[in-house]
Amino acid sequence: MDYFANDLTSLHDLLVKKEISVTELTKETLAAIKEREQKVAAFLSVDEQGALKQAAELDQKGIDADNILAGIPLGIKDNIVTKGLTTTAASKILENFNPIYDAAVIEKLKAAQTITIGKTNLDEFAMGGSTENSAFKTTKNAWDQTKVPGGSSGGSAAAVAAGEVVASLGSDTGGSIRQPASFNGIVGVKPTYGRVSRYGLIAFASSLDQIGPFTRNVKDNAQLLNAISGADPRDFTSSKHEVPDFAQGIAAGVKGMRIAVPKEYLGEGIAADVKKAIKDAISVFEKLGATVDEVSLPHSKYGVPVYYIIASSEASSNLQRFDGIRYGHRAQEVKNLEDVYVKSRSEGFGDEVKRRIMLGTFSLSAGTYDAFFKKAAQVRTLICQDFAQVFAKYDLILGPTTPTTAFGIGEDIKDPVTMYMNDILTIPVNLAGLPGMSLPAGYSKGLPIGLQLIANQFDEKTMYRAGYAFEQETDFHKQVPMIGGQN
Amino acid sequence: MNFETTIGLEVHIEMKTASKAFSPAPVNYGAEPNTNTNVVDWAFPGVLPTINKRALEFGMRAALALHCDVTRDIHFDRKNYFYPDNPKAYQITQAQTPIGRHGWLEIEVDGKKKKIGIEEMHVEEDAGKNTHNPDGYSYVDLNRQGTPLIEIVSKPDISSADEAYAYLTRLRQIIQFTGISDVKMEEGSMRADVNVSVRPIGAAELGTRTEMKNLNSFEHVRKGAHYESRRQQRVLMAGGKIRQETRRFDEPSGETILMRVKEGASDYRYFPEPDLPPIHISDEWVQEVKASIPEMPDMRRKRYVDDWGLPEYDANVLTQTKEMSDFFEETVAQGAEPKLAGNWLMGDVNAYLNANQIGLLETKLTPEHLATMIKLIQDATISSKIAKKVFKEIVANDSDPKAWVEKKGLVQLSDPAVLQPIIDDVLQNNEKSIEDFKNGKDRAIGFLVGQIMKQTRGKANPKVVNQLLLASLKKL
Repeated sequence: MDYFANDLTSLHDLLVKKEISVTELTKETLAAIKEREQKVAAFLSVDEQGALKQAAELDQKGIDADNILAGIPLGIKDNIVTKGLTTTAASKILENFNPIYDAAVIEKLKAAQTITIGKTNLDEFAMGGSTENSAFKTTKNAWDQTKVPGGSSGGSAAAVAAGEVVASLGSDTGGSIRQPASFNGIVGVKPTYGRVSRYGLIAFASSLDQIGPFTRNVKDNAQLLNAISGADPRDFTSSKHEVPDFAQGIAAGVKGMRIAVPKEYLGEGIAADVKKAIKDAISVFEKLGATVDEVSLPHSKYGVPVYYIIASSEASSNLQRFDGIRYGHRAQEVKNLEDVYVKSRSEGFGDEVKRRIMLGTFSLSAGTYDAFFKKAAQVRTLICQDFAQVFAKYDLILGPTTPTTAFGIGEDIKDPVTMYMNDILTIPVNLAGLPGMSLPAGYSKGLPIGLQLIANQFDEKTMYRAGYAFEQETDFHKQVPMIGGQN
Repeated sequence: MNFETTIGLEVHIEMKTASKAFSPAPVNYGAEPNTNTNVVDWAFPGVLPTINKRALEFGMRAALALHCDVTRDIHFDRKNYFYPDNPKAYQITQAQTPIGRHGWLEIEVDGKKKKIGIEEMHVEEDAGKNTHNPDGYSYVDLNRQGTPLIEIVSKPDISSADEAYAYLTRLRQIIQFTGISDVKMEEGSMRADVNVSVRPIGAAELGTRTEMKNLNSFEHVRKGAHYESRRQQRVLMAGGKIRQETRRFDEPSGETILMRVKEGASDYRYFPEPDLPPIHISDEWVQEVKASIPEMPDMRRKRYVDDWGLPEYDANVLTQTKEMSDFFEETVAQGAEPKLAGNWLMGDVNAYLNANQIGLLETKLTPEHLATMIKLIQDATISSKIAKKVFKEIVANDSDPKAWVEKKGLVQLSDPAVLQPIIDDVLQNNEKSIEDFKNGKDRAIGFLVGQIMKQTRGKANPKVVNQLLLASLKKL
């Protein structure tokens, strides 16, 4: 199956008209994965048997013409638990861990009759921006295999960008969907905090984590978000806010839409090629009838330190359950209980995870709590207020997703602070719980540039509408990497 | 030098909700290990806590019953520590926004009433249970993990071991009446941490305190606090210093034994639980919970005295436990005269419970049966003497008193037509007694009544017998 030439709508038509069976589609998907994995290494595991079994069952049942997702193979980030299917969070501490329940989003996808084809690579416990922190493999950028795919959802992004699957799920804590979408030239959405249940997402930072879809175009993305959204009684942070059909009215255009561009998002530290692409995008929106003004998000410059304190603090507590007692890696040759804890965790966690556990533990300690965690929480409120002020007057915020295009494998990994600064444009969105999208807006030296659209809470529809209008006017999303047999 | 003692109590009470505080698993004492658990209790990757609204409302009930201010904007906090009985490696508690603050309860020691302040109270979750077996393994049972607790922290207003005992007794009574817990010490549903310090009378600062943790008997609290106060005074008198330490009450010796010295406080890295959003408690909600609180013992006591004319003492005894008070009220509701019902419960019933070391609900006695029996006494169907026999039956077997009395032929003989021939017969056979009576010896009456009772095997109505006998004697 050529996923470069098809989207959810065309695939659905093929399936409904029986021009292809679910089994055939699944087999072709497995074949594409087999071939392209040698280049991108996006998957940690592929469930060939399970996928074919599910496909056969669906072929038996027949495809529901009203269910756009029926029979579609998807990649799932490996920090989303799948019953009976190894889920590792790309950590040695969960190597061979076999969950006994499905995440809420997996239940919803099963109800929507999608096929989980495999689990995708990520930075260990979603901590990182290059997928180099995976304990198991290094995923490569679909456009240039010497570059990182971004992260932490690098596997899910590379799999879609390389045409291995038509769509996938990732998670975004500080940019982990939008940044790899940007680096791989595809569409990635982090929904409003609370839009999608986190039940079954292996927690990194509870107040920031959100699951969202990767697709090759905006409409597919809206359709996949439709399937996974909604309140869940098992997640008290999930919202009872009404879930609209995100795809409905997506072609309404942006005429009269008020768009804000924060000056901080086109300031110092943003590469020239990225700036140019975003300025071009602004012209497109103006041409389509939107008004675009410059605004300020004065506290966004504190986003990175605030994020690394809050996210690491929550992570330090969330990751304590990996203690070698009930599941996961347990160290051998231990003499007492403390040994079990210290050795299992020392052996099981990678350097970046340890670094963040230490940072978080320090930030929460009795003597430093006020100066770090408490202060960060206060600044977070200021960042939220910045956004609220802008959304009082504007429908949408626009800017780049990342300061640069994809960097080289091994380039930033030795310098955590440089790596952290990559997230400067995506982090404030998580801190404020807003929905954000990255979509392709240009190329520089063969690498994609991402445009970020940020909407007010629970206003994903405006974001999708704007993204769709931009996409219709441009052809960046139609470009494909030189990968796979047909190129 | 003279010292004064300061005692602070932290009491943990398990609340009897149907499910756990932060997971939907059932709460159920005495189940097979790990059967009342789910993936949330086991802290599997990806699970999230949920809030049991009932647990929160039970906490509000306790807060209101103890005259606390209910905190209106609350959130939960994480208390982080590693231990196998705590799978998440943090306990969800309320460090910053306790459900209740600034409450009090009243105790009475040696006839003197005193208000003891409640500093604050928290809704939180219990840990599981670790058992260290002789086979060399440690076993973890997570049934208890997540059971909702209310932690009640007293102000350091308690100044003697007897006051501590009275505080616990009163606290248990109030909590029991709120209906949120069985408060069974033997099942561990009520446990106390005891802080004791002493200082020279009049000293501005409190002395350094020691702590005894998880005591599950009021008597141990009393003895431990008493011993600890004396021990600290001895140390200070000898020129020593009190260290901040955790001690254990040793039952056989009646002493407290050092467990560990505290080297600075542990750092639990408390922070707001990000998985549970903050909650606002509205006026309406507080009113709703207030309305759901059953009548407290003080109110009941007042009603027993004012409405039913019971002596203060009786009213007090009958409201010691909710079990007894409920039983009493139900008996009265079934038609028993309140004073008689109270007498039976405080007398024969209590004696039976003490003799058999059981609780009221473990007997076969029902308020309905007790009331029926009391009514049989009231309408003279049976005598008080026969009633003792009836009581023995209904407390041990599930018999209807009325049917049983009839079956056993124990109905009192009050009919003169039946009694007169028996009296005549007795008089005929006891001429000596008649002589005695005529000579003014009143004792003779007693003897004759005894004879009549013997003839009727105790069933004759003594009042009627007396009347008929006197009339017959006068005629002779």
